[in-house]
Amino acid sequence: MSILIDKNTKVICQGFTGGQATQHCIQCIDYGTQLVGGVTPGKGGQTHLDLPVFNTVKEAVNQTKATASIIFVPARFCKASILEAAEAGVSLIVCITEGIPTIDMLEVKVRCDDLGVRLIGPNCPGLITPGESKMGIMPADIHLPGKVGIISRSGTLTYEAVKQTTDLGFGQTSCIGIGGDPIPGTSFIDVLELFENDASTEAIVMVGEIGGTAEEAAAEFIQSNVSKPVVSYIAGVTAPPGKRMGHAGAIIAGGKGTAEDKFKALEKAGVHTVKSPADIGKGIAEVTGW
Amino acid sequence: MNLHEYQAKELFRDYGIAVSEGIAVSSGEEAEKVASSLNVEKWVVKAQVHAGGRGKAGGVEVVSDLKDVRKFADKWIGQNLITFQTDTHGQPVNEILIETCTDIDTELYLGAVIDRASQRLVVMASTEGGVNIEEVAEETPDKIFKVEIDPIQGPQKSQADFLSNSLGLDSTQCSEFNAIFDGLVKLFLEKDLSLVEVNPLVITTSGNLICLDAKINVDSNALYRQEEVEKLRDQSQEDPREARAAEWDLSYVALEGNIGCMVNGAGLAMGTMDIIKLHGGEPANFLDVGGTADSKRVAEAFKIILSDENVKTVLINIFGGIVRCDVIADGIVEALTVMGVSVPVVVRLEGNSASEGIQILDDCELNIIPASNLEEAARLAVNASKGEI
Repeated sequence: MSILIDKNTKVICQGFTGGQATQHCIQCIDYGTQLVGGVTPGKGGQTHLDLPVFNTVKEAVNQTKATASIIFVPARFCKASILEAAEAGVSLIVCITEGIPTIDMLEVKVRCDDLGVRLIGPNCPGLITPGESKMGIMPADIHLPGKVGIISRSGTLTYEAVKQTTDLGFGQTSCIGIGGDPIPGTSFIDVLELFENDASTEAIVMVGEIGGTAEEAAAEFIQSNVSKPVVSYIAGVTAPPGKRMGHAGAIIAGGKGTAEDKFKALEKAGVHTVKSPADIGKGIAEVTGW
Repeated sequence: MNLHEYQAKELFRDYGIAVSEGIAVSSGEEAEKVASSLNVEKWVVKAQVHAGGRGKAGGVEVVSDLKDVRKFADKWIGQNLITFQTDTHGQPVNEILIETCTDIDTELYLGAVIDRASQRLVVMASTEGGVNIEEVAEETPDKIFKVEIDPIQGPQKSQADFLSNSLGLDSTQCSEFNAIFDGLVKLFLEKDLSLVEVNPLVITTSGNLICLDAKINVDSNALYRQEEVEKLRDQSQEDPREARAAEWDLSYVALEGNIGCMVNGAGLAMGTMDIIKLHGGEPANFLDVGGTADSKRVAEAFKIILSDENVKTVLINIFGGIVRCDVIADGIVEALTVMGVSVPVVVRLEGNSASEGIQILDDCELNIIPASNLEEAARLAVNASKGEI
């Protein structure tokens, strides 16, 4: 089992014929993802990667019965693209694009919630259910089907957690990068709940970073709602206040959002924290006895 | 991106938000001329830098003699102002804002920010203006009144009324406050801001509301559609290395240590800094080469890292997802060859095309120390920085 996607999930790609999209769609198809078509306005009727191209998401969904869309369009068009997908009836949208204005996301988030659409990202590596399907840009071969659920705000730190749990032979049920932006479509809590309810997930890795209070909120949720062991690492102990660390969300503002605060909140909630990003796999071994 | 106070106040005026009369100048002579043209007997002179805490640092004064206006301008223009928010070098002062002086009865606070917890634009007001609002928020949160703006419905009159009533304003002040509230929300949304702060918003002795200070941060991701705002960028206020990095789409933040870092991904870049510290070293910088790094950008990243004289070792940590490790490896070899880098360079490559990348590094004749995982990379870099390799 897994969360959100499996080998039967039918996926379309928005921005399908672009360079990045093409490169990553090839890798997704190779991995086994059921990519059934794509959308590029003005290129409807063409074929790309042996798959049909449509002008609109609506047409693509009608023709292919896709339920999920992965978005690679440039940041300035993302608001329209996400809303188009949400209104066309897909239930899962993964937005890889980084650099979307925050004010665009305020409305996007409300509309997706109202329509009951799950949005992952933006500014994220996407998600993967190892051995079944990948909707994202992560390197496939570090994954191993298994029993750890992984959630992270950062792309490459997700890979780090994946690699360690693969090297130790634990494997993963699903891995989700929720993205480093201030307004993510999906929160830690959303994914924690999914992993808690997924029978195959036996332990959870949550990788956070400085900025905001999403980790603190997740800690509260874990305390009362998660029975499975959780291992957590928070990046940015060494980050100085007031300096944005790459991600739009990664900044210690007004003394809030420090790594120390987050570690403390998680430890209070019974989460096993590790202070080094190299110790995530080891942490899982310790809490599970595997 | 930050704006100067005088730029923020120009935007306030455009949106009908009450501010003092004032003009920014860049010389002592101009300062005197402008001050006399304001036709008042008392002025507030304010050094324009991208940092708070100016008052305590001597960067804001009330003066009642034209000669003192000039003296203040001559003293600060061309100098660096050091406040508790700046680094030890301070920020360069290129302009002084000369304003008419306002007689203050009460100091209030007004702010607007994207609140990540509620995922809304939140407008905050407090009667505790003028002091450290973060302390007020921490110690007496009930003294901060907040409204959340619905992104679909927009701001409501009832929300402005709630804030003005909470501030205990009289009916004239309420209508003045509502105008400020409407202007502020409109400005925020139309100009893609990420923060506006008015501290203090004051009630004058004649009973009117006026914004005495103005702080604006703009969402850098939205600058493509905010051409007018982008023109307000003042690069002199930015760290030159950070600005140069930004031109190459590299995200760089200078730190105090001696281990230069080049990493792909913001999270892993912070993680790399953390693990260096755990091993007893000190990172010299945060640097995210991003997802589309090529050999030119790797070379540029090297230049920026090595322009920091404190750097004794470079640690390159790449977990290839989008980026290919062999492309990075080519870039490393090229940069090291061209630049003749003399400090030890520890490299860890993992993920997309990692084995090809490692092969490229193995085949070259340069002084590269390979590491097979993050732990080892950190240990080797810390040892090298202490001269133990």
